[in-house]
Amino acid sequence: MKKRFAFLVVMIAAVLTANVAAQTNSELRFCLHSEPKTFNPLLVEDDSSETIRYLTGGVLVRQNRLTQELEPELAVSWKVTDDGKTISFQLRKDIHFSDGTLFSAADVAYTMQQLMDPNLHSPTGDSFRSSEGKVQTRVLAKDRVAITFPAPISGLRQLFDQVAIMSAVSPQKEMAVLGPYYVAENKAGSYLLLKRNPYYWKHDSTGHALPYIDSIHIDIQQNRDMELLRFVRGEIDFVNTVDAEHFDRVMADNSALAHDAGVSMDSEEMWFNQVPSSPLPDYKKAWFISTNFRRAISEAINREDLARIAFRTRARPAVGPVSPANKFWFNSKLQAHPFDQKSALQRLAQDGFRLQNGILRDRDGHAVEFSIITNAGNKSRESMATMIQQDLSGIGIKLNVVTLDFPSLIERMTRTFDYEACLLGLVNDDLDPNSQMNVWLSSSENHQWNPSQKTPATAWEAEVDKLMRAQASTLDQRKRKEYFDKVQEIAWEQEPFIYLVNKNALSAVSPHLLNAHPVVLRPQVYWNIDQLALTSTNKSEVATGR
Amino acid sequence: MKWARMFAIAFLLTVSTVCLLANFVAPAPYARQFRDVPDAAPSHQHLLGTDELGRDRFSRVLYGTRVSLLLAPAAALLSSLLAVLIGGIAGFAGSWLERLVMAGTDLFLSLPWLFLLITVRALLPLNVSPITSVVITFALLGLLGWAGAARVICADAGALSKSDFMLLARASGSSGWRLVWRHLVPNLKPILYAQFWISVPVFILTEANLGILGLGVAEPLPSWGSLLRELESFPSVSAQPWRFVPLVLFIVVVSTFHLVLTKEELPV
Amino acid sequence: MSRLAKLAAKMLIAVLLGGFLGATLVRLAPGFGVDEEELDTRLNGQSMQALREQQAPERNLFVFYFRYLNRLMHGDLGISRTLQRPVSQLVAERLPETLKSVGLGLALGWALGLSLAIVVVMSRAWYFDLLASSLAGLLLCLPAAVLALLFVTAQAPVRLILGLIVFPKVFRYSRNLLTRSSSLPHVLTARAKGVGNMRLLFWHILPTAVPQLLALAGVSVSLAFAAAIPMEALCDLPGVGQLAWKAAMGRDVPLLVNLTMIVTLVTLLANSTSELMGQTLRTDRA
Repeated sequence: MKKRFAFLVVMIAAVLTANVAAQTNSELRFCLHSEPKTFNPLLVEDDSSETIRYLTGGVLVRQNRLTQELEPELAVSWKVTDDGKTISFQLRKDIHFSDGTLFSAADVAYTMQQLMDPNLHSPTGDSFRSSEGKVQTRVLAKDRVAITFPAPISGLRQLFDQVAIMSAVSPQKEMAVLGPYYVAENKAGSYLLLKRNPYYWKHDSTGHALPYIDSIHIDIQQNRDMELLRFVRGEIDFVNTVDAEHFDRVMADNSALAHDAGVSMDSEEMWFNQVPSSPLPDYKKAWFISTNFRRAISEAINREDLARIAFRTRARPAVGPVSPANKFWFNSKLQAHPFDQKSALQRLAQDGFRLQNGILRDRDGHAVEFSIITNAGNKSRESMATMIQQDLSGIGIKLNVVTLDFPSLIERMTRTFDYEACLLGLVNDDLDPNSQMNVWLSSSENHQWNPSQKTPATAWEAEVDKLMRAQASTLDQRKRKEYFDKVQEIAWEQEPFIYLVNKNALSAVSPHLLNAHPVVLRPQVYWNIDQLALTSTNKSEVATGR
Repeated sequence: MKWARMFAIAFLLTVSTVCLLANFVAPAPYARQFRDVPDAAPSHQHLLGTDELGRDRFSRVLYGTRVSLLLAPAAALLSSLLAVLIGGIAGFAGSWLERLVMAGTDLFLSLPWLFLLITVRALLPLNVSPITSVVITFALLGLLGWAGAARVICADAGALSKSDFMLLARASGSSGWRLVWRHLVPNLKPILYAQFWISVPVFILTEANLGILGLGVAEPLPSWGSLLRELESFPSVSAQPWRFVPLVLFIVVVSTFHLVLTKEELPV
Repeated sequence: MSRLAKLAAKMLIAVLLGGFLGATLVRLAPGFGVDEEELDTRLNGQSMQALREQQAPERNLFVFYFRYLNRLMHGDLGISRTLQRPVSQLVAERLPETLKSVGLGLALGWALGLSLAIVVVMSRAWYFDLLASSLAGLLLCLPAAVLALLFVTAQAPVRLILGLIVFPKVFRYSRNLLTRSSSLPHVLTARAKGVGNMRLLFWHILPTAVPQLLALAGVSVSLAFAAAIPMEALCDLPGVGQLAWKAAMGRDVPLLVNLTMIVTLVTLLANSTSELMGQTLRTDRA
C-alpha cells in the first residue's frame, strides 16, 4: 500500500513537473502592424502602443472583456460619491513595480497629476476632462487615495481601465510597470520582447504565480498576408484582428483556428460634407444639407449586399452610432434602413429631383454626380465604395470613387473641407456614449460633417447637443439611456452619418494557446493575457491543422 | 527566329484588335456586378470567373488590356524620348554641359517624386473621369522615368561621338542636328529599345503600386495593374489559378514586345 | 583646386540642394501638417490645437532648412516626428540593413544579368536569347508583392528579391550593348581570323561597352535603393527603405530631408565613381 501510494505521489509529481516544465520558457508569439510610438502609457494613441500598455500596465480596475463587468485590479474596492465628482480607491498592499519599487497611493497621485497636466495633452486624460477646473488627488493613506473632479463624470469607474499607474520614484520611469509583463528588449522596427514581471501580484486559484507564459515575442509585421502565412505555418500563435478574406482562408485550412466573436463595436459609415464654407458649388451644398437627400441615398444602398460581399457575410447592416454588441446602450427599437430604391426616388422627388433618361437631375437641371473619398489600401472600404457606386447608378446618380492616401484624406476632411462625401470607419473601444461626445457636439472638431460650429446649424443638432450634455451630467443610468436613445433616434432620422455595416470581430488562434476566449472588445484574443497558457508546440500540427 | 517574330506581331495585333473591339467582344460591361456569383469559378457565362464583387473577369481583362496596352507603351515612349534627348545631347556636347546635365540627372534620380504624384492628384478635380486620371498618371510616369536611361545614353553618346564613323560624318560636312539625327540617334537604338522594353512593365506595375496611394486607375475602370493586385493575396489565389490569366497575358505581351523589337535592336 | 576637391564640392552642393528640394516636395504635397491622431474622438479642443502646432516649425521651409543646416553642422540630424526618435539613431540602426540588401541585390543582379548577357551574345543562339529574355520578362512582370509572398512561402531569404528586380534591367541593357559591340567590324574581323571566344570577349567586345556598362552600374545603385523601399515595406525588413515609406506616409519632413540627402549622396557617389572609372579606362587605353 505504502509503495503504491509513493508511486502515485511520484507520478503526480512527474505530471505536475512536466506541466511546469512545459510552462517554463514558454513564449507567446504574435505580430503588431507598426512599431509602438511611445512607452509612456499616458500618451498612448496608436494600436501598437495600446497593446504594450495593456500587456505591461497595471490598472486600478479592469473591465472584463468577456463579461463587460468591472473587476478589482490594483484597487480592491472603490466608491464614488453621490455627486459623482469624487472616487476613492482602497489599494492592494505589498505590491511592487517590475524593478522592485514599492507601489503606493503616492504613485496613483503622481499618475493622475501627470495625466491631467494640460500641457501633456494626453488622450486618456482628455476623456476625464468634463469641464474646466483642476483635478485634486488626495493621498489618504499609503493604500488609500481619493480623486476629485471639478464636475461629475458619468462612467467614471470604467475610465480607469485605461490609466496604467506609473511610479513616482522609480529611476526607470515609465518602464517600471505593474502589469504581467515588462519590456525587456526593443529592436526598433523589428521586434519587442516582453518578459514576465517577477513582482506581478496575481496568482491563480492553486497559488501558482501568474502569468503562465514566460515571455512574449512581438514581431513588427505590416503585411497582413505575411502575418497570415506565418500563422498558418505555426510561427505565430494568434492573429488578433483578421479581415474577412483572410478569415475565410483560415476557415478553409482549419475551422477550429478561426474565431468569429460576433458583431463588433466598429462600424463603417459615409457622410456628406455640410460645411457651409466648403469650396463646393451651392447646388451641391443644397443637396447635402437636405435630410430627404441623405435618407434617399441611405435607402438606395443595399447594406445586406455590402455585408455579404465586401465582408463575406462577416458583418451585418448597421443601424446607428451604437452597435448591437453594446447591449446596454444600443437602442433596440431601431432597425437598419431598408434597401428600397423606389422609396428613395420618392423622397428625392419631394426635393424636386427627377429621373430623366436614366440620369437623376435636381430642380435646376444639374445632373446628380458627386465623389466619395476613402482611404486607399483598405480593400473592404474600396469594395464598399464600388458597390455603392453601382447601387446609386440604379437611381440615376453618378458616383466617382476617389481613394486617397490617409494624410491627403484627413487634410480634406479637417482643413480644406474640399470633399463631397466621405467613407470611413469608426473604431469604438469604449461602451460608454461619453466617448462619442466629441462626435455629436456641434461645437467639436470631430463633428465630421460640419465641425466647430459656433452655434448649432440645425434644430436637430441643437437637440443632440442638449441630449448629450444631459446624459453626461447625470449619474442615473436609466436617464442616461433615455437621453442617448433619443440621440440615436435623431441620428437615424437625420442620417448625418449613413451607417452602413457593423463588422464582426474575427481572430485566428492556435489550438496550442489555452484559455483563449476571443471576444468582441479589444484586445480580442489576449484580453486575459495572464491566464493564457501554451502547450508544448508541434509546429507541423499547427501548420496542417490535422 | 523569323517565325517567332511573325507570331509575336500577329499575337500583338490580335490582342490589340480584340481589346479595341472590347465593347463588342466583352460578354458583360466591365463594371457590372453579378452579386449572386462573387468570386465564381470559370463558367459558360463567365469565362474567367468573377472577381470578389461579381464582375466578369474576362470583360475586365479586355478593358484593362486596352487601358494598359495603350498607355504604358505611350508613357515608355515618352520616357525613352526624353532620355535620348537629354542624355544624347549632353553626351554628344560633352564638357561642362554634360557634367551639368548629369549632375541634374543624379539629383532628379534622388528626389521623392511620389509627392509630386500626390500633389498632382490633389490638384485634379475630385470628379475627374477615371480615364483622365489614369492618363495623367501614366503621363507623369513617362515624364519622371527618363533619368536612369539618360545616364547610360549619355555615356553611350559620349563614346559614340568619338568613334570613327562620327569622325567620318563630320569630315563629310555633317554637323549639328543632322549629325545627331542621322548618325548618332540610330546608333543609340539598342539602349533606347532596352529602355522602352523595360519601361512598359515597370510603368504598369508602378501604376498598380500607386493604387495603394489612390493614384492609379479609379473604380470601376480596370487596368492590368488593378487586375494584378488581385494576386497580392497569393495564398488564397493559388487555389484559383484562373486569377493568373492577367499576369500570364502581361508576361506574354511583354515577351512579344521583345521579339518584335529584337530585329530593330541591331545597330545601323 | 584638385579634381577630387572639385568633385566633393559639387557633390556637397547637390546633396544640400537635394535635401532642400525634397523638403519642398513634401511641404507642398497635400497632407502636410495633419496627423492621424486628430481623428481620435477623445481629444479636446486644446489637445487638437497642440497637435496641429507640432508641425509649425516646418511650415516655413526656408526657416526650417536654415535651422536644420545649423544643427547638421553640430552633428544633429533632428528628431523624427512620426517615430519620436533622433534621426541619427534611426539611420544608424537601419542603414546597415539596407546596405546589406542593396549589396546582395546588386551582386546577384549583376552576376546573373551580365553573365546571361554574355552567354547569349557569345553563343549567338536564338533559343538562349529567347529563354533568357523570357526569364527577364517574367521577372519584370511579377509584382513585388507576389515575389515577396513567393519567397516567404518558399522560406527563401527575402533579401534576394532585390537581385531579381535588378537582374532583368542589367540583362537587357548588357545584352543590347554587347550585341552591338559584337557586331562591330573589328570584332567580325577578329572572329574571322579565328580569335577564341574568351579573348574576343575580354579584348574586343567588353572594352567597347565598358563606359556604358559602368554608367549602368552607377544607375543600378540608385535603382536598387529605389526598389528597396517597396521591398522592405512588403517584407517588413527594418531598413531605411521601410523608414522612408513610413516617413512619406506621415509627411515627416525632418526624416525625409535626411533620407533624401543620403540617397542623393549615394547616387552621386555611385555615378561619379563609374564616371571616373570610365574616364580612367579611356585614358589608359589611349
